[in-house]
Amino acid sequence: MSRRKLLQSIILPAMLLFSQLSFAQDRVITGRVTDSTGTGVAGVTITARGTQTTTQTNNDGSFRITVPSSIDALIFSSVGFTTLQVPVVSGGPMNVSLSGTTSTLNEVVVIGYGTRMKKDLTGAVTAITAKDFNKGAITTPEQLISGKVAGVQITSNGGAPGSGSTIRIRGGASLNASNDPLIVVDGVPLAPNRNNDGTPSIAGSPDPLSLINPNDIESMNILKDASATAIYGSRASNGVIIITTKKGRSGKPRFNFTTQNSISVLPKEADVLTPGEFRNYVNTHGTPAQIAIMGSANTDWQKEIYDNAFTTDNNLSVSGSYKWLPYRASLGYLNQDGILKTGSLQRTSAAITLSPRLLDDHLKIDLNLKGSLSHSRFADEGAIGTAVRFDPTQPVFSGGKRFGGYFEWLDPSSTTGLRDLAPLNPVGLLEQKEDKSDVQRSIGNIQFDYKLHFLPDLHVNLNLGYDVSKGEGTIYIPDSAASSYLRSPDAKHGGVDNQYKQNKSNTILETYLNYVKDLKSIYSRIDVIAGYSYQDFSTTNYNFPDRTTDGFVISTPSFPFDKPENRLISFYGRLNYSYKGKYLLTGTLRRDGSSRFSEDNRWGMFPSGAFAWRLKEEDFLKNSNTVSDLKLRLGYGETGQQDGIDNYGYIARYSLANQQAQYQFGNRFDSLLRPEGYNPNLKWEQTATYNVGLDYGFFNNRITGSVDFYIKKTTDLLSIIDQPAGTNFTNKILANIGDMENRGVEFTINAQLVRNREVTWDFGFNFTYNKNEITKLTFTNDPTFPGNLTGGIAGGVGSTVQIQSVGYPKNSFYVYQQIYDKSGKPIESLFEDRNRDGVINVDDLYRYKSPDPKAFLGAYSNVTWNKWTAGFSLRANIGNYMYNNRFSNTGVQRNIIDPLGFLANGSRNLLETNFTGNGDQYLLSDYYVENASFLRMDYINVGYNAGSLVSKHTNLRIGANVQNVFTVTKYRGLDPEVPGGIDNNFYPRPRTYSLSLSLDF
Amino acid sequence: MKKVILKASVCFAVVGVAMIQSCTKDLNLSPTNDVTSETVYKNLAGYESVLAKVYGAFALTGNRAPAGDDATKDIKGIDEGFSDFFRLFWKAQELSTDEAVISWGDVGIQDFHNMNWTSNNSFLTGLYYRSMYQITLANEFIRQSADDQLSKRGLSGPDAEKIQEFAREARFLRAFQYWVLMDLFGNPPFATENTAIGGAPPPQIKRADLFNYIESELKAIEPDVPAPHANEYGRVDQGAVWALLARMYLNAEIYTGTARYTDAITYSKKVIDAGYSLISNYSWLMLADNNLNTSSTGEFIFTINYDGLKTQGYGGTTFLVHACVGGSMPASAFGISGGWSGTRTTKNLPELFPGYPDFTTITDTRAQFYTSGQNLEISNITDFTNGLGVTKYRNVKRDGTAGQSQDFSDVDMPLFRLAEMYLIYAEAYLRGGGGDETAAVGYINALRTRAYAGTSGNISTNELTLDFILNERARELYWEGFRRTDLIRFNRFVEGSYLWPWKGGVASGTGVSAVRKLYPLPSRDVNSNTNLVQNPGY
Repeated sequence: MSRRKLLQSIILPAMLLFSQLSFAQDRVITGRVTDSTGTGVAGVTITARGTQTTTQTNNDGSFRITVPSSIDALIFSSVGFTTLQVPVVSGGPMNVSLSGTTSTLNEVVVIGYGTRMKKDLTGAVTAITAKDFNKGAITTPEQLISGKVAGVQITSNGGAPGSGSTIRIRGGASLNASNDPLIVVDGVPLAPNRNNDGTPSIAGSPDPLSLINPNDIESMNILKDASATAIYGSRASNGVIIITTKKGRSGKPRFNFTTQNSISVLPKEADVLTPGEFRNYVNTHGTPAQIAIMGSANTDWQKEIYDNAFTTDNNLSVSGSYKWLPYRASLGYLNQDGILKTGSLQRTSAAITLSPRLLDDHLKIDLNLKGSLSHSRFADEGAIGTAVRFDPTQPVFSGGKRFGGYFEWLDPSSTTGLRDLAPLNPVGLLEQKEDKSDVQRSIGNIQFDYKLHFLPDLHVNLNLGYDVSKGEGTIYIPDSAASSYLRSPDAKHGGVDNQYKQNKSNTILETYLNYVKDLKSIYSRIDVIAGYSYQDFSTTNYNFPDRTTDGFVISTPSFPFDKPENRLISFYGRLNYSYKGKYLLTGTLRRDGSSRFSEDNRWGMFPSGAFAWRLKEEDFLKNSNTVSDLKLRLGYGETGQQDGIDNYGYIARYSLANQQAQYQFGNRFDSLLRPEGYNPNLKWEQTATYNVGLDYGFFNNRITGSVDFYIKKTTDLLSIIDQPAGTNFTNKILANIGDMENRGVEFTINAQLVRNREVTWDFGFNFTYNKNEITKLTFTNDPTFPGNLTGGIAGGVGSTVQIQSVGYPKNSFYVYQQIYDKSGKPIESLFEDRNRDGVINVDDLYRYKSPDPKAFLGAYSNVTWNKWTAGFSLRANIGNYMYNNRFSNTGVQRNIIDPLGFLANGSRNLLETNFTGNGDQYLLSDYYVENASFLRMDYINVGYNAGSLVSKHTNLRIGANVQNVFTVTKYRGLDPEVPGGIDNNFYPRPRTYSLSLSLDF
Repeated sequence: MKKVILKASVCFAVVGVAMIQSCTKDLNLSPTNDVTSETVYKNLAGYESVLAKVYGAFALTGNRAPAGDDATKDIKGIDEGFSDFFRLFWKAQELSTDEAVISWGDVGIQDFHNMNWTSNNSFLTGLYYRSMYQITLANEFIRQSADDQLSKRGLSGPDAEKIQEFAREARFLRAFQYWVLMDLFGNPPFATENTAIGGAPPPQIKRADLFNYIESELKAIEPDVPAPHANEYGRVDQGAVWALLARMYLNAEIYTGTARYTDAITYSKKVIDAGYSLISNYSWLMLADNNLNTSSTGEFIFTINYDGLKTQGYGGTTFLVHACVGGSMPASAFGISGGWSGTRTTKNLPELFPGYPDFTTITDTRAQFYTSGQNLEISNITDFTNGLGVTKYRNVKRDGTAGQSQDFSDVDMPLFRLAEMYLIYAEAYLRGGGGDETAAVGYINALRTRAYAGTSGNISTNELTLDFILNERARELYWEGFRRTDLIRFNRFVEGSYLWPWKGGVASGTGVSAVRKLYPLPSRDVNSNTNLVQNPGY
């Protein structure tokens, strides 16, 4: 006997003995769970009734659970199967067969500060679990549910690695405050993803959500109506997404390794003049001097900047239980290249969850720790626009050495030698810029839930959480690069050698009491919580000088750092009451205090109430075979918003100007102190939501779904309004003025079309109609006030193409009405004189369509046939319009033969309109506002479950997936889906082909 | 056991209550780098930094020069480069006249020359808010410099006297901006140091009442501001006060219906007699080292000071030296890295000079035109090569070397210079304000002697007519922001009797409605301030 074996022989029995001692009166139950075909079902949760003791089945369906001898029944539950309660009988293994169903009524749904069975929900809540997540190369979590949930519109911000998405739940309730939903990860409400100016809130990260590994996510729960969200009060007007990560399971350690490798390709290039067409055009329309500067090359500039890109995403996880300590640990490594050359994202992530149950299950502890490191290199996205515009007759390389060898437009009379305002070589822009960042982020919390010994109905819950990040980056551009050639004021120093650094910290302390009581005598159950929350958001932005590569300082910051901070303190409570399991009542109340408002306006009260009636439980439906579920939900609630605004907007203060903004008195330059505009009366924006919903299930829940009608009315909109001149140190200020409404319908249906021994075929469809209207914008309703202009476009500095107007959807296009000739061709700068005053001016602009879709749809299907699976997801937007800024900006003669002494390529739209591009009005033609309705196949995939190929306890799955398969649209630009509705140099979404392999062992 | 639990509960309760008590106070947070008024106005240096902003707002567009973001710029809702005082003032005064056209396509910019601007025009809106912003800054400074504030803060003696002098200068700057509003918009809102921040919208003031207010303000500070040349470079002295009064009196009939030509004579004469003199070379007026023109014997009375390194922006003279360069004009001759291909003149301006139309020989050196590759006629306003280039503003020094920066101008912008005072005197004389004919002719000939580098261009007494004065003002002061005011005073702005290419949007020019003599109040402010009544016709 070796020493090791000796050791084992002593320790193992000792450990066993110990466990036997501590659970002296326990017994062990083993068995196997199968489906109707007799195949073992993995991952079935087995709970000893009346306890928190659980385990899960292995891959072959077998299980082993140790329970107190007092336990009389086990509960078997698994997604996709009817939950079964089986009495414990002594002797022999316990073999159980589960019948399949898509009924998710008993699914546990995570809501704010607790969980509910789906059947007990009173609000509009959609839960999506890992098995229903979108497939393919997915870098940010929100893409897992894109198209899957009615009322939730997820539009990716472009094709750059990790660029994240714009998420809108029920249209967005705000105008100038944030329209993003609150995202809660394992009990930690995150800070907003974006700064007020739209940049990512974590410096150096393409999007803060890209620092959360989607592979660690177990479920995403979307709270849509106020009765569900109001418990989150002030941050909940735009819905709440609760992300729950995967947790440990009981039993032996089980490993899973997945690897997914993808190739991304550019689906199509922007339509520009070919070199031949370009030469023709310049020869026809250009002056001799312009013809003379054409080159002899034939360059496809878009081909030069895009390249097929490789992505590898690898994840290893282990989950199991060491005695009383269930654990899960995971490691992930993502390396994603962008299709725009030089851009890339590498992410290494790790997560640990521990969920011990102590003191006879009286104390539950959940510890979640997630950490990630990302390394990004950002491609200069300016190259996208210049590749469209760069003269195709010029070569990539000039043959000379100047400007890194790249061809550039020259002007011998200028100091730098470069032609002012000419586009720069797009390949040079990419290759000569090293914009790199390193970001670390960790999100973690520890949650204690203590069931009082003397009063087990009462739980005390304490949650301590944090979300910290550190972002650092450097930007280096060599002094040979045209983009920053001799850029110092004296034109003697060039290049860029800059850095940035930011630390962020978001900490939370929450505690609540939860009292649950079954009052059997009166057929009632009550569930009450009362809690307190303290959350602090702090950011430290370090400032660095702007330097050229030789160390010359262009500008020095006034302060070494800035540390904006805000805080929220909340008190909240909720009462759930159910009578006979049929009538369900929920009432919530939250009182929030925000440091962003003065003491007089600081506190806001956010109530909600909801009623649900489970009609299925009534006698007239109880025995129906057709109707297997029917529930009516009515809800009303008020929520608030204060994200997306300045931290100190109510305080009178002075700010110091930078060193380029001094003023000369005598022989000295004085620094400037500027009084800042402020609004001491700032307060909460409030949204009242009415919701009527119906959940249904037919034919033993082979068909399920829901319909919801909602009205959201936002009052005291945090909107940026014109301050009466002379009354403040700013002409525009954030104030609580204006009202807005969203009205909509959501419809969801899920069907099991086929379910038999060999084949299952599931189909899901959702439809959302949303109508947005601004109902008030000024103090006094003034019909002559056109509205607030927004939506800056390329082409004329300061030109805008959108407007916020009363009676219209937000961001409506504000354009001239184009007049066409007999052949249907637009006549340049000829517009309808809508007010018949004989002149065409801004008074003839009208509101025409808006970028938000009137309706959007999602459809998805999964088929399994023996060991094969296949699935796809489709998504459609209807009635969304887009301003084609690429057409308007580059598809005109003035762009091609620029009077400034260079040539530029442009959109082939030029050949249709023959617009000269002279004048200032053609840009605002409604001709450029196009219907961008589309149908897109988000992905299609096939998979094969090879089973236990390697050894008995292993399971191998392989899959192939294509993302962004096709898009059907009348829109003539590259992509009909651009957040904001203005299409100009959008980073194209790639088409991605992936192969994946997943091994359980 | 129960005892333990009880103890634990009590602990929980105590800790909980303590936490709630302390935490709700935690909602008072303040910014890291910004400061409050208590700190700012603690001492003279703080006052001076705020005064620097009151002045600097003429030259700069925000707290992060040359341009920052929405938080750092002064005027929101407009491109920062377009929110500069003199750039916008220049557009309103010049693009609407025969002196200038611009090739750009920004929404609303062509409305100036087409004379079809509306109350939504973003340039007019920007100018209006810029002027009102500067007035609000001055109001705050004046409020904070009141005697009670100073004594409250324990400021007395020489420091307090200096602050009081600062406040008088702020009153001048406020008066100047009210003059801008009176001249262009007529009837603006009226905010003073008594208008509370965040309070009720201010009342509207009628043009004539505003005239009286500005006059009274200037008269009130006149005795106490430093004598001409006695203040620091860049700051207000009596010369500036007199010059503004002279300009106002010349136009008083337009503003109030009552002529004040005698006062115009009086005040222009005060300036003329204060030791200023014309610089020797007209082409040195608008150069990178034109601060030399502000010497104690120089020509400049009051300037906006720009600096290529320390006072940067995309407006002011940076706009003036860049926008005029295009076509075959060599950027390096203008001390810049490249032109913006924007501004030219119609043929009406070069027509006023000998040498027209090709300027192969220049006798009047004020004819600073660029003709190579430029067409005199304008068939297309947005084509830079239509219309002659103007080379008056250049970011190079007298010796030809470039300014400090290739991107931002060192050229100071004179708001008042001696030549204007000569012209005011002569015109006011002709309009019956009294004065001395010989002196009037002498002043005009002083300008012409410089222009012709000798007496060959001098005029005789009988050549001194009002028409001559208008043309001479164009020759001397073109592109300095006077033309619209002058044409209105001579009844040639809206009338069909005087035309220029594309006046009113018609190639050959056309008269337009007389309502165009005033710009509309921006609809934005009319909508947010219910006290305002829009100017007639808009």
